[in-house]
Amino acid sequence: MIALLRRDLALALRAGGGFGLGLAFFLIVVLLVPFGVGPDRTILQPIAPGILWVAALLAALLSLDRIFALDHEDGSLTLLATAPVPMEGVAVMKALAHWITTGLPLTLVAPLLGFFLNMAPAAYPWLLLSLALGTPALSMIGTFGAALTVGLRRGGLLLSLLVLPLYIPTLLFGAEAVRRGAEATGAQAPLMLLAAVTLGTFAALPFATATVLRINLR
Amino acid sequence: MPELGEYAVYVLTSYAATLVLLAAIVGLSVRRSRRVKRTLQEIERG
Amino acid sequence: MSIWEYSNPKKFMDWTAPVVPWTFGLAALACGAGLVWGFFLTPEADKFGSTVKIIYLHVPAALMAINAWFMMLVASLIWVIRRHHVSALAARAAAPVGMVMTVIALVTGAIWGMPTWGTYWVWDPRLTSFMILFLFYLGYIALWEAIEDPDTAADLTSVLCVVGSVFAILSRYAVRFWNQGLHQGTSVPVATGGRTVSDVYFVPLVLCMVGFGLLFLALVLLRTRTEIRARRIRALTARAHRA
Repeated sequence: MIALLRRDLALALRAGGGFGLGLAFFLIVVLLVPFGVGPDRTILQPIAPGILWVAALLAALLSLDRIFALDHEDGSLTLLATAPVPMEGVAVMKALAHWITTGLPLTLVAPLLGFFLNMAPAAYPWLLLSLALGTPALSMIGTFGAALTVGLRRGGLLLSLLVLPLYIPTLLFGAEAVRRGAEATGAQAPLMLLAAVTLGTFAALPFATATVLRINLR
Repeated sequence: MPELGEYAVYVLTSYAATLVLLAAIVGLSVRRSRRVKRTLQEIERG
Repeated sequence: MSIWEYSNPKKFMDWTAPVVPWTFGLAALACGAGLVWGFFLTPEADKFGSTVKIIYLHVPAALMAINAWFMMLVASLIWVIRRHHVSALAARAAAPVGMVMTVIALVTGAIWGMPTWGTYWVWDPRLTSFMILFLFYLGYIALWEAIEDPDTAADLTSVLCVVGSVFAILSRYAVRFWNQGLHQGTSVPVATGGRTVSDVYFVPLVLCMVGFGLLFLALVLLRTRTEIRARRIRALTARAHRA
């Protein structure tokens, strides 16, 4: 399973793996917002955490369909299914690889983009922390969505329709934690709930993902 | 017609909207049911 | 002889054939009586004026929107566990009906909100939860439409329905954490038995709830029958192609 993780990471980092695309998308979306809402600092500052979270979520969404699509096309997914590793383990590893190639870089870049949106200084540690806690859940939920749509030709759009509603609790707790952190009004509660969502998804969704993959490979 | 007072517009639009939506789902269901039934009969008759 | 015998497609077609028109008739009767009673024969409420009449649409629609999803969840589980095709098709048949109920609840709620709260939309927990429920219906229906193989579609949508239910409930409590609401508490709390609606409004309301429930049942039966026939057409044409 470690080998699988290493292989996925190598594939993603190689040229054409789409590693930088998600980050570039994140950057552009965040930089477009001031053009949409105006350059007023008093408007940008309060909405900065929400913008960063929504943009991170969309950037993570962008690379979801690559999780299984290529493996399904060249048949390595079928090989994995017959290999002596549990399908649930494959699902977790796929989600982990997705997180390392998108969620982690997004988390590290987000504070930098906070400057452009005049985010409150007190919010930075909370932003970093909430994204670090929340993006794994985005990857795991996304892996489930990618498994659902793996056999479909026009799966991309459907994938976002299926996955985005599932992202609501993560987004809500994550952005709320940053907002409360900026105002110093007790960010612990949303952070803990966010961590609970992440742990819950990693506990339950690998099984759902594995079930769905087996159905799709029948 | 009951006296609806100043809120007449709101009450009437909500009743109209609901009836239209319900009629739409009933109409679509019945139409598709009929069409599928006819197709099936044609196929079974050969 | 067990209850599962009725899920044999042939038997299901046989016993539902006479039931469907009766259910439609009863639904029309209950809805008609409840709505006419509610619209023409109830007095205005002190606080709400004539807008109280919207309750006869809003509450039954909201009730059925949630119950429809719950029915889909049960039907999906029956399909996953016992592999009755009729069950999967019933879940598929119920989804658009449930979505329409959600839309009715949202629309009537928005219209009612304007004179009462002074705005069509607020990000109140209940309103937001219904918006989220609408999105789940959308995704569920889209997934059914997208997959060609019927058994795969039934399996995948069942898993989505189960996972979606968990996330829908999670979202419901999450939005409560996020924003305190304007929406009043439930008027008819079944669990506690106490209610805040007086009998003048309550009797037609119950009639409407029964009517909407029967209408949902009738539509689901009719649509399930359609789905069974469509499945049969598919099988017959596939056989003809092979021959």
